[in-house]
Amino acid sequence: MASSAEADLRTRIQDWLPKIVLAPSFAVTLLFVYGFILFTVFLSFTGSKMLPNYTIVGWENYRKLWALENWHIAIVNIGIFASLYIVICTALGLMLAIFLDQKIRGEGVLRPIYLYPMALSFIVTGTAWKWFLDPGIGLEHVMQLWGWESFSFTWIKDNNMAIYTIVIAAVWQTSGFVMAMFLAGLRGIDNEILKAAQIDGASSFQLYRRIVIPMLRPAFLSSFVILSHLAIKSYDLVIALTGGGPGRATEMPATFMYSYTFTRNQMGIGAASAVIMLMTIAAIMVPYLYAELKEKS
Amino acid sequence: MSAVSQDTAVNTGRIARTFIYLLLLLFALFYLLPLYVMVVNSLKPLSEVTGGNMMALPQTWTLEAWKSAWSTAQIGVSPTGLEPYFLNSILMVVPAVAISTVIGALNGYVLTKWRFRYDTIVFGLMLFSCFIPFQIVLIPMAMVLGKLGLAGTVPGLVLVHVVYGIGFTTLYYRNYYATFPTELVRAAQIDGAGFFRIFWRILLPISGPITVVSVIWQFTNIWNDFLFGVSFGGTSQPMTAALNNLVQSSTGVKEYNVHFAGAIIAALPTLFVYIVAGRYFVRGLMAGSVKG
Repeated sequence: MASSAEADLRTRIQDWLPKIVLAPSFAVTLLFVYGFILFTVFLSFTGSKMLPNYTIVGWENYRKLWALENWHIAIVNIGIFASLYIVICTALGLMLAIFLDQKIRGEGVLRPIYLYPMALSFIVTGTAWKWFLDPGIGLEHVMQLWGWESFSFTWIKDNNMAIYTIVIAAVWQTSGFVMAMFLAGLRGIDNEILKAAQIDGASSFQLYRRIVIPMLRPAFLSSFVILSHLAIKSYDLVIALTGGGPGRATEMPATFMYSYTFTRNQMGIGAASAVIMLMTIAAIMVPYLYAELKEKS
Repeated sequence: MSAVSQDTAVNTGRIARTFIYLLLLLFALFYLLPLYVMVVNSLKPLSEVTGGNMMALPQTWTLEAWKSAWSTAQIGVSPTGLEPYFLNSILMVVPAVAISTVIGALNGYVLTKWRFRYDTIVFGLMLFSCFIPFQIVLIPMAMVLGKLGLAGTVPGLVLVHVVYGIGFTTLYYRNYYATFPTELVRAAQIDGAGFFRIFWRILLPISGPITVVSVIWQFTNIWNDFLFGVSFGGTSQPMTAALNNLVQSSTGVKEYNVHFAGAIIAALPTLFVYIVAGRYFVRGLMAGSVKG
């Protein structure tokens, strides 16, 4: 009797063991992710300044936020940055992948050259491009030394153009990664389909436009999701490359949130801006993750 | 990725091929240029950087800028160089990567081989946490670290990186273990093997490729992180935050050569990992993300 009860207990522990192993991670996620999200949402409805303060002020922070010129600059900038960054990375990645897929000699050398920037931190990328684009010592100076006296490239110091220097540096960092995703997609396409289309008289251009590119849909989707997520989070690159300047010309939601929360003592407004960032990302990620999980299970 | 034999059906003419090669080389230059500029200028004395041509090779080769960046450059208020921050980063990244990878492996094992009701919801909630903008957790995290007495410490940063890293490691191991036949696990169970024995004897021995992916991913993400480092680092700031301090410092002469040397030092560990194991990483990552 006793031994069977003991065995019974052991099976029951065995039954529960998987859940016991998973439980801490799940608890940590619930607390540190979802609990913190709820807390930040709550803060966005309070009058918190330098420290959290629990007086409810309703939608006040959101009203103030949308009335701030800095926030408008940040929204316009993220619009410009995200759309250019996503479009250029995708176009460039796709082009490089298609070209690399033409039985290129030296592919093994080229691929890591395109890819290595993704191993660097945005701070390193920002530092490199900051000095490379600096008119005093960088590209402009070099071109003038090489005899092109009138060459001028001062975007990084120019209020209207500085945002595009962030696009350049960000594209440099991530486009190789997008290339790798498309290349993997291309290598997964069955060549028999392509050969059949060619026998039917399709030109190379038609072949890619009508057959290959539509078949890369999953790669397009994954790269869109990854790039938009990186774009909205972009904080480090702006800090390292322009510091949000000149003036406030390259302010982004991520830099706005940080400065309002931690240096300007407007925690309520900072929290409200973080909530808007989260909702934007959620609008992209939730449908994607939902579809992925549904398909797999 | 390389296992699939490549035999593109498309035929390209000689002119088209020349054009393709030229374009590919041009882009190789574009990707290499900033690295070239950093390396070359880090080996010059400052006068040659400010007075000379950024593209030119050094006339006087010197390691002074590297020595200065490592041990004497002004970081914030003290002239310590990057060395102590490099050590902070190492002390942070090693435990954070190890802990999050082990947890991810166990989670992935449970979520694929010991499925239970609503396990997809549990996984979905963990997965979404990979993609949140971390700005949404900065304020409460700062408060919690303060309460725990971990604000501004390396263990505090380890905690943060483990918490926000397990979503990704769980994702990797789950997708990987999902392809492993569950019948083998059930057979071992009938033979009397328990939860941990099955993991240790059956799953772990085949986990090499995905562990490479998980370790590289976590290592580069944590080493390269700036937001958490600068928010919670306090006096134990990691390398990225220190490099930013070095480059942005407004006092004195801008020592471009030291900045470049510092940037390379900050990039060396991840570049090294990438060069040694990069191909496995891309291969493993693609297997999970493009399929499906």
